[in-house]
Amino acid sequence: MPMIEIAHVSKWYNPTFQVLKDCTLDVAKGEVVVVCGPSGSGKSTLIKCVNGLEKIDQGTITVDGIRVDAPETNLPKLRARVGMVFQHFELFPHLSVTDNLCLAQMKALGRSRDQAVAKAMALLDRVGLKAHARKFPGQLSGGQQQRVAIARALAMDPIAMLFDEPTSALDPEMIQEVLDVMVDLAREGMTMMVVTHEMGFARSVAHRVVFMDQGEIVEDAPKAEFFGKPRSERAQTFLSRVLVASH
Amino acid sequence: MNYNWNWGIFFQPSPEGAGTYLGMLVTGLQWTVVTALCSWALAFTLGSIVGIVRTLPQAWARRLGDAYVELFRNIPVLVQMFLWFFVLPELLPQAAGMWVKQLPNAPFWTAVVCLGFFTSARVAEQVRAGILALSRGQSMAGLALGLTRAQTYRHVLLPMAYRIVMPPLTSEFLNNLKNTSVALTIGLLELTARARAIQEFSFQVFEAFTAATVVYLLINLVVVGAMSLLERRLRVPGFIMAK
Amino acid sequence: MFSDFDFDVIARSARYLLVDGLGFTLTLTALATAGGVVFGTLLALARLSSLPLLPRVAGLYVNVLRSLPLVLVIFWFYFLVPYIGQWTTGASRPIQVGAFWSALITFTLFEAAYFCEIIRAGIQSIPRGQIAAGQALGLTYAQVTTTIVLPQAFRTMLPVLLTQTIVLFQDTSLVYVISITDLLGAAAKVAQRDGRLVEMYLFAAAIYFVISLTASLLVKRLQARIAIIR
Repeated sequence: MPMIEIAHVSKWYNPTFQVLKDCTLDVAKGEVVVVCGPSGSGKSTLIKCVNGLEKIDQGTITVDGIRVDAPETNLPKLRARVGMVFQHFELFPHLSVTDNLCLAQMKALGRSRDQAVAKAMALLDRVGLKAHARKFPGQLSGGQQQRVAIARALAMDPIAMLFDEPTSALDPEMIQEVLDVMVDLAREGMTMMVVTHEMGFARSVAHRVVFMDQGEIVEDAPKAEFFGKPRSERAQTFLSRVLVASH
Repeated sequence: MNYNWNWGIFFQPSPEGAGTYLGMLVTGLQWTVVTALCSWALAFTLGSIVGIVRTLPQAWARRLGDAYVELFRNIPVLVQMFLWFFVLPELLPQAAGMWVKQLPNAPFWTAVVCLGFFTSARVAEQVRAGILALSRGQSMAGLALGLTRAQTYRHVLLPMAYRIVMPPLTSEFLNNLKNTSVALTIGLLELTARARAIQEFSFQVFEAFTAATVVYLLINLVVVGAMSLLERRLRVPGFIMAK
Repeated sequence: MFSDFDFDVIARSARYLLVDGLGFTLTLTALATAGGVVFGTLLALARLSSLPLLPRVAGLYVNVLRSLPLVLVIFWFYFLVPYIGQWTTGASRPIQVGAFWSALITFTLFEAAYFCEIIRAGIQSIPRGQIAAGQALGLTYAQVTTTIVLPQAFRTMLPVLLTQTIVLFQDTSLVYVISITDLLGAAAKVAQRDGRLVEMYLFAAAIYFVISLTASLLVKRLQARIAIIR
């Protein structure tokens, strides 16, 4: 059974604009799937549907056997088990780095303050930011903030991680420090769905690459196949542009 | 000007029996402050609820909140005061109406309720503006971590929203305090009413109004000073407020 | 609960309420807005001027008036204006100017403090480069102000000025405290005379509500249109 199962999902923003068109995609346990495509292709919308931040109009989404789109599903409980990292970090500016990591552990998982802090410290150490534990998000660089955001998601002991363009708001010199953390995570066997244009990341750790355009999943292929010889013309054009831009 | 100044008037006994004219001003100040604080507590609570409702995803809830704000914002506060004081008891079932009319300190309670609702519409505007000033990603981040919508408001959105709108909320607090003077029309013996009474008893009109003016100015200074202190204490390190 | 609601009392006194009462309210609103905007503009220019002392004096005026309840200010001027009249004309006794003039002077001077802050923000929103460009063309301070700064400032702040006018419209009801027959004053008089408080105050509330709501909806529309043009 796949960890994330997206089946025939469609979504409309208004009666005339369809953002997602019959999207089907599975992510198996321990698998790393990179989703790419031009801006406006619906990839950010799709990943936000996985934990129910965006509602879908047709189709089903199942995470660890639980239907995300069913009205009886306890969404907060499900989301607490799925980590998400945002393009603009979205750390809570009024909370210290430690408190950013502890808030949901205490409120959503019911951990004690001591447990939460211990977990937070271990994870900050892991992303190399233990020394900044008492600072506030506004006092950190973009790359540091995004690493804190990853640690915040990991603190919930997630069964899967969703990344929504985690490096596209970063200055070029800060991208690598974030990618390094993500690569480590992938190598440890974390189930990951990653929306990104970082083809270097895809090449090194992805198992499969999904290409989206105009709300459709145009291509879904194993990494080697995708980079070797994409079947669709649209993916080929996109790939040549992105690879030229990043080298 | 052939006006006879007499600043000693404040130490003369007031015609109300016990105490001096100065004593009249002091009790007036007390009523002003107590009325302002009680009505603010109501306004802040109601206004926060309505402000939050106006940012919820449900369109019907937002529209209800909008209607609330329009209702209390588009009728002059003095007219609202009369509606609460003269009209409401007549429209209630007879027993309830009688109970309201016979409340001890009726002008005070009416003023608290009236100003509470009136100011709540303004507080709601600010609270809504503060929440909307935050990026949509903030509430998404809270929800994505498994917080409920209520927890997201409580721990993520509101702490920042209140910080952002602290300056306009301070002005609303002061407006509310100034509006307590409107309650003199329904017999609340607050500061302006007492200054007016001194004028009527003693004809020392300018001394009385000068004293009240000075007191209002002092209250303003104290409130503004206290709020900027509070703002500094609640400032978030590294966070730059827009504007 | 409206079984003994007397609509007739409204019909009977409609002329008094709407012509005498509402007429006074609207006249006072219009004249005080005009006066307040003119005086408020002068105050704003004074607050922003580089002359010594002038910004401070204007700032003190604005901050003091904004700290006081309007009710107190109405009382102040009600008693003060006759003395000022005596002082300026050199008459031997305080000059009774009548309730209308007293109210008009009060609202003009009081609301000018609020208009001033709006206009000041409007002027400050004009990029410095605009002023520099005007000066570079050889225009004087007065010419730059009247032909470049103020026209642009008024366009951006028009919605806020109109919103303040709606506030002023509602504020005029406070002339009740010096027994003037505005809309609320007229309603109160009929209410007392005929013992019809419920009908009269609800009627007055409805009139204020309809006018304020309509005006604020129009301002919102205007705001949207200005936003598009920019």
